[in-house]
Parts: sequence; structure tokens; C-alpha cells
Amino acid sequence: MNMSGLSGSDDLNGMYEDIILDHYRNPRNTSSLSKPDLELDVNNPFCGDELKIQLNIKDDTITGVSVSGQGCAISQSSGSLLAERIQDSSTDTVIHVIEKVRKMMKDEPISDDDLDLIGDIEALQGVKKFPVRIKCALLGWSALEDLIKKP
Amino acid sequence: MQFDVEEIRKDFPILNRKVNGKDLVYLDNAATSQKPKEVIDSIRDYYMNHNANVHRGVHLLSVEATDAYENARIQISDLINCPNSNSIIWTRNATESLNLVASSWALDNLTKESNIIITNAEHHSNLVTWQQVSEKTGCDLRYLNISDGFDLSDFENLIDEKTKLVAVTHMSNVLGYVVPIEEIVPLARKYDARVLVDGAQSVPHMPVDVLALDIDFLVFSAHKMLGPTGIGVLYAKLDLLEDMNPYMFGGDMILEVTYEDAKWNRLPYKFEAGTPNISGAISTGVAANYLMKIGMENVWEHENSITKYALEKFRELNNFNVIGDNVTQRRGGVISFTHNKIHPHDIGTILDKQGIAIRTGHHCAMPLIRSYGVVAAARASFYIYNTLQEVDQLVEALQDAEDFMV
Ligand SMILES: Cc1ncc(COP(=O)(O)O)c(C=O)c1O
Repeated sequence: MNMSGLSGSDDLNGMYEDIILDHYRNPRNTSSLSKPDLELDVNNPFCGDELKIQLNIKDDTITGVSVSGQGCAISQSSGSLLAERIQDSSTDTVIHVIEKVRKMMKDEPISDDDLDLIGDIEALQGVKKFPVRIKCALLGWSALEDLIKKP
Repeated sequence: MQFDVEEIRKDFPILNRKVNGKDLVYLDNAATSQKPKEVIDSIRDYYMNHNANVHRGVHLLSVEATDAYENARIQISDLINCPNSNSIIWTRNATESLNLVASSWALDNLTKESNIIITNAEHHSNLVTWQQVSEKTGCDLRYLNISDGFDLSDFENLIDEKTKLVAVTHMSNVLGYVVPIEEIVPLARKYDARVLVDGAQSVPHMPVDVLALDIDFLVFSAHKMLGPTGIGVLYAKLDLLEDMNPYMFGGDMILEVTYEDAKWNRLPYKFEAGTPNISGAISTGVAANYLMKIGMENVWEHENSITKYALEKFRELNNFNVIGDNVTQRRGGVISFTHNKIHPHDIGTILDKQGIAIRTGHHCAMPLIRSYGVVAAARASFYIYNTLQEVDQLVEALQDAEDFMV
């Protein structure tokens, strides 16, 4: 891989961390669910990022999740990280995770416990340095919030 | 005058700055151009030495401000070969000029029997405006498809006795195509339709001669032609302007006011209600002068050579696709492109880290971008201060971006 001019850029490497690039190149949980309980398509018309989120929920636990779409590396990897994180979690935990992710992206201090809770999603931190891209990072999370907070 | 890009670059202070530690490579000229020192200095000089309101005072400063403001109108007339500077109306930008024509001319002259022809490649400002006119008057809005270039017979099929306005971009801000206005006007005349040219992308980059083209309206923005933001121009034929009613009211645009009524001022003031952007107009005149000194033919030639070179380089790249590259239409210095895998925003962010500024998104032409099966594109656009070396830097950075992301 030739990254002549690029490998020197800390910000860029911070935003496109290995974990992010990995999820972007090989997104997880993309195959759609045969009988989703909840489903939502979201898009950002300004940049054209699109995500479809499907959930199976049983006894307040996410038993199935699918996230697929097209768009920039940040929106798509964020969607993949989301899917990986919430699979098998309780809806309460998911609500908690969403809150922490939002907090992190707003650059509010978060505790070590919170970091443990969000796991690999911490890799999205680098996006904070690129304010116009924060919307991309949060696209899937906002959709997820709408989905599971709906009565 | 000999065209010397290195000499020209010296006139643009911003080209000395670093972006993310790299020399700035500014390739977002279709969005807005950089400004030469002369233009920046003229704004400062106005506020330092001549600031006063125009057309109002008997005192010396007001006289100086008024003279400079009106002199700029003459400089703009010279730039577009307009025979009478009363045909030049100062507005905020091309968008406002379009809205002026829509409100003051179209709403009074179109009915549900009429139709307007625009192209499928218009900037939202020359699209949404006519959609609104269509909504209000019930007139039909027809689209001439120029994705594969301008085709006269398509135009012939579209136009008829009920066509009242043909409003077309002179140069597309996405495709870079130059629409041959000289082929449109004769046919429009035959059907007695008016021709409006959106010159936002043409006036800054090529000779535009309103007399030779024999067009009815021309709109453009100063900020894309080395001038400041917040000022634009409407050119219209005098007889049209005489017949049109103002759509903004207030000071400066009246001759006489009683408690019952008001008489409109003479042209061009009838359409310039309120205190105008005086320093903006003056520095736009300076920008026009700067361009005329270089010569618009030279500007066009320079950008043409850069664009040709860039297109060749793009064709050598794998996975990058230039939108509309199949068309051999005369084209200006705008190249919109996509990558088979990488989203334009990722390309834009990575290039920015290299100091290279390009535009990403829908370029205010959502339906056109979508017609190419994509929701966003990246765009590099050139101006007088860009060099072949900068094109090389762009292409190299694109290759790096691909290596980095894929
Ligand atoms: C072809 C075209 N028309 C109109 C406009 C609108 O210009 P402004 O935003 O300065 O009014 C633009 C600007 O991007 C343009 O490219």
C-alpha cells in the first residue's frame, strides 16, 4: 500500500482508523432479516449516505440486527460497528450505548466504564476533528434511537 | 498581454497560505473564486477614504462614493459588451437576479397557456425559481436534456408559439459543457420567446458579449469572478426593464412619493431599492477590470489547456469516472467525477489533508446528479491561477486516496 503523502497525517489516520477502514471494507451484519420486527431507512440527502436498519427484538433483547446501505466510509463503518455492538444486547443497554456515543461525538468527557460499554465504537472519536462529518458518524445511531424509542 | 500564470499567482495573497501544512491547491473555483490583492485593497480603500451613502448627499464623500459606484457599472458593461450601463442592475448574486426576473417579469407575462424551457442541468437557482413561477402562473416547465450535449433538433421539438422564456445555463457547473447560446437565440426569436442566460459559470471564464448573443437577460455573481460575495448582476435589455415593475420597494427606487402614491425612479435605480452594497460594486468593477486586462480569451485558453490536460490524466486513472466525459461538447474548466467505491466525501476529506480544496456533494443540481445514478460527486474546477503542476498534485492525491481507502 502506497500512502506516501497520507500516512504522515495523524488526523487522517485518527479519523480513518484501522477499525473504521476494516468495517468499511468488510461491513458486518449486512444480510437482511427475513422477518424484521422493526425497520427504518434513513438518509442524509446532502451527501447521499443511506442506511437501512432492521431489528428483531424478543423479550427486550436485540436478537437480530441488519444494517446495510451505501455512502461514505464514516457512515457505513459506523453502521457496521453499531450492528456488531447491539447484537444480543438488551434494549436498555442499547439506549445507554446510544447516549454514550452521542456524548463522545459531542466531545463531552466520558468515563472508562463508558468506554468499556461502547467498545470498538471508540474508534469513531477521530471524526470529531472533522465537524462536517459528525453527521455521517451519527446517521445510524439517530435512526436506531428512533426505532427503539418508538412506543 | 502575455498570459503568465506565475505572475498572476503573485496577485493572490491567499495562495501563499498553508492548509494542513501543505501549500494550498485551490480547485473549488466553480463554488467561489479567490480574490486578487487589487480587489481586496479596493474594499479597504473605499472604507478608509471614501465611505458615504450614494445618490444622497451633496458632500464630497458622497459624490466620490457615487462616482465609484457608477463607474463600476460601466466597467461591468464593458466586460459583457453592454451598450448602456442603465441595463446593469446590481443585486446580491445570480440567484437574486433570477428571482428579480421571475418576480418582475415572469409573473406578469406568463399564464397557464405559456411554457418555459430550461435544461436538465440547471443549478437549483435557475430551476427552483421557474418551478415556483410555474406553480404560481400554471405555466408549463419543459426540460431540454443536455446530458449528451446540446442538440438543436431536441430544442426545436420542445419550443413552440407558447414558449415565453428559454432560461439556460451558459456553462454547467457540474458538466462543464458550454451551451451554444448562438444556436438557441435565433429559434427563440422565431417564436418570440425571451432568452435568459445563467452566466454564473461563463462570465468569469470566457468572453460573453450580450450584444453579439442578442440575449434578453444575463445573470451572474461577482464572487465567482474575483469579486466579493454579496454582489451580483442582472443585465436586461432596456425596453424590457422599462416595462417591468419593481418587486422591492423603498428608498432610492422612487422619484416622488406622496402619502397616496409613488413614482418609480429611472433605470437602473428602479430595481435597486435601499442602500446598495457600495464597496461590493466598486470592487466588482476592479475585478472586471483585472479580468479585462488579462483578456477573457486568454482566461478561457488557459483554463482550456488545464482542463484538457486534467481530462487526459483522469482517463489514465482506474476506477475514477468523469461525469459526461463521453460528450465532445465545448467545455470549460469543471470536472465532476466519482470513484467506483470511494464516496466523494471521503475523497474530499483526504484531499483536504493534502491542502487540495475540491467540492463534494450534489453541487446544487440534485436531479442532474441523480440522473447519473449517484447521489454525490467530487468536483475540481479551475481558474486563472491554477497550474498543470496542481493538476498533477490532484491526480497523485487521488491515487493516494484510493490506496488508502480501498
Ligand atoms: C450555474 C450556476 N448558476 C447559478 C449559481 C448561483 O450563484 P449564487 O449562489 O452566487 O447566486 C451558481 C453557483 O454555484 C452556478 O454555478
